[in-house]
Amino acid sequence: MPDRRGVLELSLDGRRLNAREGQTVLQVAREHGVPIPTLCFLEGLSTWGSCRICMVEVGPQRVLRPACATPVVEDMEIRTESPRLRAHRRMILEMLFAEGNHVCAVCVANEHCELQSAAAQAGMDHVRLEYAAPQRTVDATHDRYVFDPNRCILCTRCVRVCDEVEGAHVWDIAGRGESAHLIADMNVSWGQAGSCTDCGKCVTVCPTGALFVRGTSTGEVRRAPDVVVRLTTARREHQWLPAGEGQ
Amino acid sequence: MNNRRADVRGHAEGDERFAAVDTHIRKTRHSQDQLIQTLHVAQDIFGHLSHDLMAHVATELRLPPSTVYSVATFYHLFRLDPPGEHQCTVCTGTACFVKGSESIVGKLSAEYGLAPGQTTDDGRLTLRTARCLGSCGLAPVTVLDGRIQAHQTPEGTLEQVGRMLDPHALLPEPADEIAPDDGRRAV
Amino acid sequence: MAGPIDLNEAAERELQARSSRSCRIKVCCSTACLSAGSGATRKAVEDALRARGRDRDCTVVPTGCMGPCSLGPLVRVEPREGPSELYRSVGEADAERIVAAHLDDGPAAGDLALDERLPFFTSQRRVVLANAGRIDPDRIEDYIAEGGYRALEHVLHRMSPSEVIDVVKASGLRGRGGAGFPTGSKWALLAAADSPQKFVIANGDEGDPGAYMDRTVMEDDPHRVLEGLAIAAYATGARQGYIYVRAEYPRAVERLERAIRAARRYRLLGRGILGADFTFPVEIRIGAGAFVCGEETALIASVEGRRGNPSLRPPYPTERGLFGQPSMINNVETLANLPTVILEGPESFRSVGTQTSPGTKVFALAGDLRTTGLIEVPMGITLRRIVEEIGGGVPEGRSFKAAQTGGPSGGCIPARHLDTPVDYESLRSLGSIMGSGGLIVMDDTARMPQVARFFMEFCREESCGKCVPCRVGTVQLYGLLDRICQGRGRPEDLELLSELCTVVRDTSLCGLGQSSPNPVTSTLRYFPQEYLDLVRTREVDRA
Repeated sequence: MPDRRGVLELSLDGRRLNAREGQTVLQVAREHGVPIPTLCFLEGLSTWGSCRICMVEVGPQRVLRPACATPVVEDMEIRTESPRLRAHRRMILEMLFAEGNHVCAVCVANEHCELQSAAAQAGMDHVRLEYAAPQRTVDATHDRYVFDPNRCILCTRCVRVCDEVEGAHVWDIAGRGESAHLIADMNVSWGQAGSCTDCGKCVTVCPTGALFVRGTSTGEVRRAPDVVVRLTTARREHQWLPAGEGQ
Repeated sequence: MNNRRADVRGHAEGDERFAAVDTHIRKTRHSQDQLIQTLHVAQDIFGHLSHDLMAHVATELRLPPSTVYSVATFYHLFRLDPPGEHQCTVCTGTACFVKGSESIVGKLSAEYGLAPGQTTDDGRLTLRTARCLGSCGLAPVTVLDGRIQAHQTPEGTLEQVGRMLDPHALLPEPADEIAPDDGRRAV
Repeated sequence: MAGPIDLNEAAERELQARSSRSCRIKVCCSTACLSAGSGATRKAVEDALRARGRDRDCTVVPTGCMGPCSLGPLVRVEPREGPSELYRSVGEADAERIVAAHLDDGPAAGDLALDERLPFFTSQRRVVLANAGRIDPDRIEDYIAEGGYRALEHVLHRMSPSEVIDVVKASGLRGRGGAGFPTGSKWALLAAADSPQKFVIANGDEGDPGAYMDRTVMEDDPHRVLEGLAIAAYATGARQGYIYVRAEYPRAVERLERAIRAARRYRLLGRGILGADFTFPVEIRIGAGAFVCGEETALIASVEGRRGNPSLRPPYPTERGLFGQPSMINNVETLANLPTVILEGPESFRSVGTQTSPGTKVFALAGDLRTTGLIEVPMGITLRRIVEEIGGGVPEGRSFKAAQTGGPSGGCIPARHLDTPVDYESLRSLGSIMGSGGLIVMDDTARMPQVARFFMEFCREESCGKCVPCRVGTVQLYGLLDRICQGRGRPEDLELLSELCTVVRDTSLCGLGQSSPNPVTSTLRYFPQEYLDLVRTREVDRA
């Protein structure tokens, strides 16, 4: 154990760096400008660790670990780039594209889609896997928002933001395996979901074009997922005094 | 949002079966970690988990409706639709697979036009598959209305199912074993 | 209620009651024998005794699994004096004949007698299953008469928790649920966790298709599991226990419930156990049909009433587990070893099995063999002895092709590796795993790509859907295998198959996802020709 408590040293892609105890590999990498792709991870929300594209190689054995959920330890040896990692990330992205119905050219999130940009960065120019081409119906029953399950990658950002920040828990995942899907309340259409407060946080954190503001045209989606960090930080640090207090 | 209905409702009017569900909930002090056990009790009483029933459980356990639905659809043994009058479960565990259970499923599927998990349109027969009933020495096995049948063949099972559906036919020699009522994935 | 139970006195009382009877007739009432009609057999035996007015003098004991399930219903006659006799395939009509042979000096029913000098019996070594098929699992007195709860009494009165952990460590006992993690080390982790509330959980969520070891242990000797769990709790400082049982095992649930009630009555569970300052209540939690719940973090989620999604580690359950408290999960077979480890000592336990895998392992032996059933063998026994001696080999005219161990997380082992000793490391080096103990033998008619497709279909159906590589990868793998099996595969599909296997193995979130490609990779490794033939046939067709 180092006697400089709380500070530890590690190696990231061959660079020796200092990090703080309790940080994740992803946090350290971002602090030092090392890009690691993520999809399900969103700062301010709990860590879900399901998309698996943030995998990095750890240790001399080069064990694969999700950067978003792996705490750093003293002398850790981390690699964020290797032919194997590139191949794996590419395959996982191919899996996501094969699973849903992702047609970028007509998507509201075109050019503003985290899945799309991850694929571009990974050099994923075509999909070798068989497309599942599932039959999924768009839910446009909500007054303000639309849910298009064809573009949903089950990252659960919406589920988490609704539960952890808004506190409504409208969304959840029903079914399992390949039939896992997003539901509102007791699998009712969004417009019928009595617990929805219409706040739109789910829409603003969606990494793809699955959730969007009604009336948005192709490529028009604008996201502001940072709002989550602002809200959760303010709440945690008590930055905003509750109304009626402190007078 | 004026067309919204409240998803969370109380008792269906006059249905005393809800009281039995409530007894379990009270006994377990409304604790949320009892959700799966409560759904078991509810399904035992009602035969399947209707939306109303799940909404009731959600209200009583103070859980979001989506969580209850999410849990109920995660586990194989929970049924959201009423089961057919008669049940035929074909074991597709490894031992039964090695002994040819796939062809039994195929035969029944073709004959009744059912995929495993489905019920005939007239509600007479539900076909299911199970992942090992733990009677591997008797493979391949089926379960017809709760009774385990050993060393099955496609033709033999088809005939037995036919007799099960025909109220005038005599059932084959009853075996003693009463399998879990559902058998989907029963080992 | 009076003071704590005196185990010696209770055992003595039970043995005395037994010796006042001239004969005990044990009828196997495990699931397999019941399916074969042992319920009717039991009734016929009782009727035959009643007809002779001997029903008070001879006891009929419904027991758990006697072993050779394919030969059921099994009946064992134990006269007060003289050797006992085991009978196979005892139908209703045969019961009368057997009773007559023993009570009326009638002609011996030799045609039904099973020779217990057969390798099926002599090659076995029963520790976990010591009582299975011998006691009435519903009677705690039966268990106590066989030395039950003595180990718990011993640790409570004569050992400190850390001494118990030292003994378990010294025994080298490893988790029987699949991965083979050293049990003593796991206990030490929980013992070291600083928390006022800790939990121990017995994992009875056996899900491998074709495996029923854990069910047998829970159904046939439930008190052994409870005793093991109580010892674990004492050693680790846990003050609440859970047993997670699959809903598909209603009889195990019933037996465990009854066992818990009986143990509480005798103050062997609950408050002030055996007069010691040790309180340990146990609750049963029933699953609802999800293979993935055998995974520790998924099991914890399910005990909490949630979806059985595995969660990220760290934190490990021993740091933050059930209800956020330090928790430990042990497989029921692991727990069932503990009374023996404690009573006979670590050296004695280590004298069986191998250096790295001491003790015994229970297997559900099934498939293309003459005799199938539940067996318990010393670790390190070769697969060949299990297949050829215990299972009696592959029946007429066919030959052995492969043995599958570890279920959907395991692999297929070909004939040329039959002399491999069965232990954790050897099986892993062959691309399979010990797993929980399913062992299925396939003869030369088996087609390995189809077998791989069968297991992949299972994994696809059982994927919880949380992480992408398992949720989508198993679907893609199944699709590829299906295409190949139907003769529509292309040679490049084999490459894609391998690549998918690697990605799913390397990147899935939980152990089940990571191991799901094993059936494919092991068959690709040992039977590549079958895959090549299937994709080449198509080439030929095209030409």
